Amino acid sequence: MSDALTMAARSIRLSARNIDALITALALPVMLMLCFVYLFGGAIDTGGGYVQYVVPGILVICAGFGAGTTAMSVSGDMSGGIVDRFRSLDVGGTAILAGHVAASMVRNLAASTMVFAVALAIGFRPEATAGGRLAAVAILLAYILAISWIGAAVGLLAKTPEAASGFAFFVSFLPYPSSAFVPVETMPGWLHGFALNQPLTPVIEALRGLLLDQPVGAAPWQALAWCAGIVVAGMAVSAALFRRRVS
Amino acid sequence: MTHAIEARGLMKSYGDVRVLRGVDITVSGGSVFALLGPNGAGKTTTVRILATLLKADAGRARVVGHDVVAERSRVRRSISLTGQYAALDEQQTGIENLRMMARLSGLNRAGARSRTAELLQRFELTEAAGRRVSTYSGGMRRRLDMAASLVAEPSVLFLDEPTTGLDPRSRMDVWTIVTELAGSGVTVFLTTQYLEEADRLADRIALIDGGRIVAEGTAAELKRQAAGERLDLTLADAQAYEQVAARLGPGIARRDPSRLLLGVPTTGKAHDVRALLDAVDPESRLVERFAVHRASLDDVFLALTGHPSAKEPGHV
Ligand SMILES: Nc1ncnc2c1ncn2[C@@H]1O[C@H](COP(=O)(O)OP(=O)(O)OP(=O)(O)O)[C@@H](O)[C@H]1O
Ligand SMILES: [Mg+2]
Repeated sequence: MSDALTMAARSIRLSARNIDALITALALPVMLMLCFVYLFGGAIDTGGGYVQYVVPGILVICAGFGAGTTAMSVSGDMSGGIVDRFRSLDVGGTAILAGHVAASMVRNLAASTMVFAVALAIGFRPEATAGGRLAAVAILLAYILAISWIGAAVGLLAKTPEAASGFAFFVSFLPYPSSAFVPVETMPGWLHGFALNQPLTPVIEALRGLLLDQPVGAAPWQALAWCAGIVVAGMAVSAALFRRRVS
Repeated sequence: MTHAIEARGLMKSYGDVRVLRGVDITVSGGSVFALLGPNGAGKTTTVRILATLLKADAGRARVVGHDVVAERSRVRRSISLTGQYAALDEQQTGIENLRMMARLSGLNRAGARSRTAELLQRFELTEAAGRRVSTYSGGMRRRLDMAASLVAEPSVLFLDEPTTGLDPRSRMDVWTIVTELAGSGVTVFLTTQYLEEADRLADRIALIDGGRIVAEGTAAELKRQAAGERLDLTLADAQAYEQVAARLGPGIARRDPSRLLLGVPTTGKAHDVRALLDAVDPESRLVERFAVHRASLDDVFLALTGHPSAKEPGHV
C-alpha cells in the first residue's frame, strides 16, 4: 500500500512536469465544449440549452484523453529500465500500475474541474440536490477509474508509447455513438442497439440526470455496475499482462 | 562458508535462440566477481536471472542462501541491481529519484531524507541534486543510478556493464566506487566487455561466450590457462613438427601446422626454456627458432572464445 502511494506521488509529479500533455488534458476538453456549445449546439435540438445537455459528454471524453495519457506513460515505463529497478526493490506490478491510475484520477479531476468552471461561466446551471451532486461525482470517479485501468492494460499491451497513444484516439471516439452529444433517437436505426447498450450511455444518462435533477431510473446503478466490472477486469488483465511483459 | 551467489545449469531460450546453455557460477561473499563477455554473450540475461527479474528455463540459483524463484522476496531484500541502461526518471530531480527509491526500499520519510543526503554527498552529486536527471551527463547519471541501487544497503550488488559508454574519467570514478564497496564487505557481481576492467576490479573472472562459461578463475589463473608465458617453437619441417608434437603431448597451448608452429606454456625463465628445448630437441635439429610471449588476458579471450574481446572505449 505504501509502495502504491509512493508510486502515485511519482506519477503525479511526472504528469505535472509533462507540460504538453498537461495543457492538452486541461485545454482540449474545454475547447471541445466551446465548439459543441457555440458551433454545433445551435443545430442540435435537445429540448433546452445545449450546454445543459453536453457537459456530461465532455466530462466523459475528457476521461478518455486521460486514459490515453495513462496508456502512454505505462508503456513508457515498460520500455525503459525503471520497472526492473522497482521490481528489484520488490515493488509489485499492481503498485506500479496503481500509481499511474491514481495520477490519471488526479489529472482528470483537475480537467473536470476546469470543464465545470467554464461550463458554469457559459450558462450551465446544475439544478441538482447536494446528494445528486455527490452521486454524480462518485459516478464520474468510478468511470475515470474504470477507463484508467483500461488505459493501463493498453499501455502494457502496446509495444511502444506511440502505439499506446493510438488508444487515446480510439477511446475518444467512443462517446460519439452514445447519448453524449446528441439524443440517440436522432441516430440511424442500426446504431441504436450499440448506442443504447454501450457502457457510456448509462454513465452519461446518470450524470446528466443527477446534475439536472431529472429522473434517472436505474442508470446510476447500471453505470456503477459497468464501472465496477471494468475495474475488476482491467486490474486482472493488467496484472496478467504485467507478468507476461516482465517474464 | 555459504556462497553469496551459486548458480547451476542455468538455461534460457527465446524461441529458437538458446541464450544460456548451462551456466554455472559461484561467488563467495564479500568478493568482486566479473562476468566477462562480448555483445550478446548472455551477460544481462544471467544478471536478470540472478537478480530474480527473469526466470530461467532450467537450472537453479541461490543468492545469499535463498532460491531466486521460490524465495524471491527474501533475495530481493538483500540485493540491488544497476542495469545496463539507467533506471531513473528523467523528469525527476536527483534528490527526488533517490528519495523515491529509498521510500520504496522501506525507509520512512526521515530515513529516506537522510539516506538520500548521505548518498548524494558520497557520489558527489549534492550540487546537481536539485536538477532534473535529463540535464545530467552520462557519468553523473551512472553515479546517480549506482547511488539509487545503494539506498537499501544491499549485501549483493549487481552491476550490468557499469562503465560502458563512459569517458575514462567517469570510468575511474565507477572503479573507485566498486573498490570502496568491496572494501566495505558488499559482494559485487559485475559484467563487462573489457578485460582491463575485469582484471582491475575482480577477484575472480568468468568468461562467458555464446551462453556458456568458457573459463573461470582469478586473472592470474586465466592468464596461465592460456599460457602465462608461451614458448612458440618453429619446427624445421613437417616431420619435426609431428615428432615434437608427440613429445609434448597434451601440454600444447597452440598448434599451427601450416606455419610449423607449436606453443607451450612456460615460466619464461632461461633455465626452464633451456630445459624444455633440451627435452624436446636433444640433438638441436628439430627446432629452428623460438620466441617467448607474455600472454595477456586478450590471449586468454582469444584462445578460449576464438575471437578478440571488445576494445577499450574512450579513445575516439
Ligand atoms: N527478450 C528477448 N527476446 C529475444 N531475444 C533476446 C531477448 N533478450 C535477449 N535476447 C538475446 O539473447 C542474447 C543474449 O542477450 P544478453 O542481453 O544477455 O547479452 P549481453 O551479454 O548482455 O550483451 P550486451 O553486451 O550487448 O549487453 C542476445 O542474442 C539477445 O539478442
Ligand atoms: Mg547486456
